[in-house]
Amino acid sequence: MNTLIITALILAFLGIAYQTGSSRSRALAGTSGRRLHSRPSYHGSAIAIWTLVPLLLVLGAWALLDSYVIRTFITWYLPESLVAEGGNALRASIARVEALATGYGVVGEVQEFERTAAQAVGRFQTTAFLIVVAAATTLAALGLFYARKRITPQFRARNEVEGAVRLLLLACSVVAILTTFGIVASLLTEAMRFFSFVNPLDFFFGTVWNPRFSTTGAGGGGEYGLIPLLWGTIQITIIAILTAVPIGLMAAVYLSQYAKPRVRSVVKPLIEVLAGIPTIVYGFFALVTVGPFLASFGDAIGVDIRATSALTAGIVMGVMIIPFISSLSDDIIRQVPTAMRDGSLGLGATKSETIRRVILPAALPGIVGAILLAVSRAIGETMIVVLAAGNSPVLRFNPFEPTSTITVSIVNQLTGDSDFAGPQSLVAFALGLTLFVLTLVLNVGALYIVRRFREQYD
Amino acid sequence: MANLDSTTTASAGTAVTAEERRQRVKKSLGARHRKERLFHGLGITAVVLALGFVGILFYDVLQRGLPAFQQAQVTVDVYFDPEIIELGERPVQAAGQSPADYRAALNAWLRDAALANWNLVLETSIRNIVPEFQGSAREIAAIIDSSQRFVIRDAFTNDPSLLGQTREFALLASANADNWLKGTIDRSLPDARQQLSADARALADDLLERGEIRFAFASHLFTNVDSRSAPASAGLAGAFMGSLYMMLIVIVLAVPIGVASAVYLEEFAPKNRLTDVIEITINNLAAVPSIVFGLLGAAVFINYFRLPLSAPLVGGLVLTLMTLPTIIIATRSSLRAVPPSLRQAALGLGASRTQMVFHHVLPITYPGILTAAIIGVAQALGETAPLLLIGMNAFVANIPSSPMDQASALPVQIYLWQGNENRNFFEARTSAAIIVLLGLMLSLNAIAIFLRSRLEKRK
Repeated sequence: MNTLIITALILAFLGIAYQTGSSRSRALAGTSGRRLHSRPSYHGSAIAIWTLVPLLLVLGAWALLDSYVIRTFITWYLPESLVAEGGNALRASIARVEALATGYGVVGEVQEFERTAAQAVGRFQTTAFLIVVAAATTLAALGLFYARKRITPQFRARNEVEGAVRLLLLACSVVAILTTFGIVASLLTEAMRFFSFVNPLDFFFGTVWNPRFSTTGAGGGGEYGLIPLLWGTIQITIIAILTAVPIGLMAAVYLSQYAKPRVRSVVKPLIEVLAGIPTIVYGFFALVTVGPFLASFGDAIGVDIRATSALTAGIVMGVMIIPFISSLSDDIIRQVPTAMRDGSLGLGATKSETIRRVILPAALPGIVGAILLAVSRAIGETMIVVLAAGNSPVLRFNPFEPTSTITVSIVNQLTGDSDFAGPQSLVAFALGLTLFVLTLVLNVGALYIVRRFREQYD
Repeated sequence: MANLDSTTTASAGTAVTAEERRQRVKKSLGARHRKERLFHGLGITAVVLALGFVGILFYDVLQRGLPAFQQAQVTVDVYFDPEIIELGERPVQAAGQSPADYRAALNAWLRDAALANWNLVLETSIRNIVPEFQGSAREIAAIIDSSQRFVIRDAFTNDPSLLGQTREFALLASANADNWLKGTIDRSLPDARQQLSADARALADDLLERGEIRFAFASHLFTNVDSRSAPASAGLAGAFMGSLYMMLIVIVLAVPIGVASAVYLEEFAPKNRLTDVIEITINNLAAVPSIVFGLLGAAVFINYFRLPLSAPLVGGLVLTLMTLPTIIIATRSSLRAVPPSLRQAALGLGASRTQMVFHHVLPITYPGILTAAIIGVAQALGETAPLLLIGMNAFVANIPSSPMDQASALPVQIYLWQGNENRNFFEARTSAAIIVLLGLMLSLNAIAIFLRSRLEKRK
């Protein structure tokens, strides 16, 4: 109902404002005999902006404050003892009053103070809504009249509209900054809360990961040592890189130096299909196919390989990052000037000699950058390891045994848990912060290397 | 190139004749050509390995998942026996009866209908097909999916005139019977380790032989929601709707915001501190692991703004933030591909910068923007990890009717099904869900590639 009224209000003002602006400017153009600076549609848009911005500001502010104001209002009606106590009891009681006010009713007997509070809230909500709508309408009307008065032949409506458009575009690009800020702020604040339970030294240098889930919430012992998770992450990343780099690099070399254009145009997109497959699919594939295959292969050669192990997750993750390595290396190899290549070939070197001795060394920094990007992908990858690494957060050096990673532990600690009261769930943010910093450092390093390398031949 | 080095150093020396040099080169030539072939072979091996992985993965998923699109169905003539279903007429709203009274009467009638012994109705119907079967009711119930009694009940409550009549139903066989008949369970296992009793197995075989059980296309896979109690009837509809809502949110939010910021950065942005910071943060955001976005969603949207857990709205917002950098970067590169002459021509004719961008530059890049949007949406469609952190892996037994309702998503449904205890049955189910997801992704990518090739041709 309210949404409908508000939508109607906005649309009505939009229509009136635009119509006023364009018809007024048309009339002016007819009577004054002078050429207007802007076309009527710009005058219309300018007025629309002057009308809608105050309207939306008021409504937006109310949307943000609404629930907070109503909650504060409710607490005035609740018994003082309840308010003083705070916590869950107060929250539950406010929720009951809100439910009563909407008319749905609540479970259990309604107490007297709840009934009066609910009635008061009902009246308050209606009044508040009317006040907000009235304020918004008044401001919008004021904006409309002010903007209408400004219409003269000299008025630069187009410039004003374009300025507003540019501001809007800028606001959109600021979303990226806001997101980054949100990530950093939420990770930091929650991680700080975690560190109020657990000593940071114990977290960063502890070698035991055992976050004993306890029902008591706050407190609740447990050991939160990062080292086993970090090692598991590194181990799987190493295996993934060992799988992906030879295959990806050789594929890039082959496609850029040997393959005919037609072969290349078919094979390249096919390899890139690997990058588009959702990681949950890789995880399932690792769990039901690669793992059992590796285990039976291990049986055949007399090595004990577990079906869910660092090896399984690492190999499948390696397959996943092949396309990153191959297409990035491909780009970089193609950037090596042909003069270098032709010079080597002209001196009588074979193609492979040219590639190994001239092209690859020249492309090396770029390739290292590509590998670093792939490493950061591997470190942040979640679903493959959740399914295929076996989730065993113990410090072990045998890659044939199950292991666990930072990302797996984040999922385990936070899944389905929205109450960030104890270290059990808060530790996820400390882990997330570690992950964020790790990948950030790798990415910045990779970009730095790639960029420096590119400048050499430009 | 050691050989090359030695020949060059030799030629620098004085005592070597041309003939000797030629001999030396010739001698090393064989080895060098062998190395060349080896290197070439290694390149081909790498390509074959990479393609082999694609092939094996697709083959494996298809081969595992295709059987799940077929489901054993028992064709039964169900007799709605008035002696078992002791029910009066379905109440009709009488003239002068208030809607509330009618509702109450109808609810009472529906409650009675729910209490009728539908299992017995099913059992007698099956016994009619195989009169010689002596096993207990439990064994008959074991081969029919437990949701099917509700199918019959609903058919009856929708059409009470069925009482005393017979109608044919194609009922889903239970997951265990389906496994047994498809041979996905080892038939030679001893009785103690079989899910079905010997009698039930014999009954299932018997029905298959008589042609009363047929394998039909499992359309319920697309129309039903997930189910815990009745695995054979579990479907993808709920997860599909959840994914659809999230994709809608991503399209409505990420695409306009992404395109707007790309346009600003590429066409308007002055070179200053702010735009530098924006550039760097966008590049960094593109490389932030997806699970970190899940943490952001859990902390900000759920814990701070108190948005509902498991809602596609929150999932959509998280995925929007995640796909923004992809869309911005791709849109910028397609804006960069627009020839500067076009901009200069527009400005030269007196267009303002904004007019130049929105009237001339942007329309040319529409295919590129569309491609970027599709790639972004495809990426968001397959993402799982951040959704786990905002509770979208909760079990949901309804098709969500709005983005605020609890829902699951396709990749999360895959995650849930692969963890199901009924391995034999759900492994195929999971693969079938993967086939659906991969089918969606590949068609999205195909559209993107098609658009890109059209764009390239126009230039």
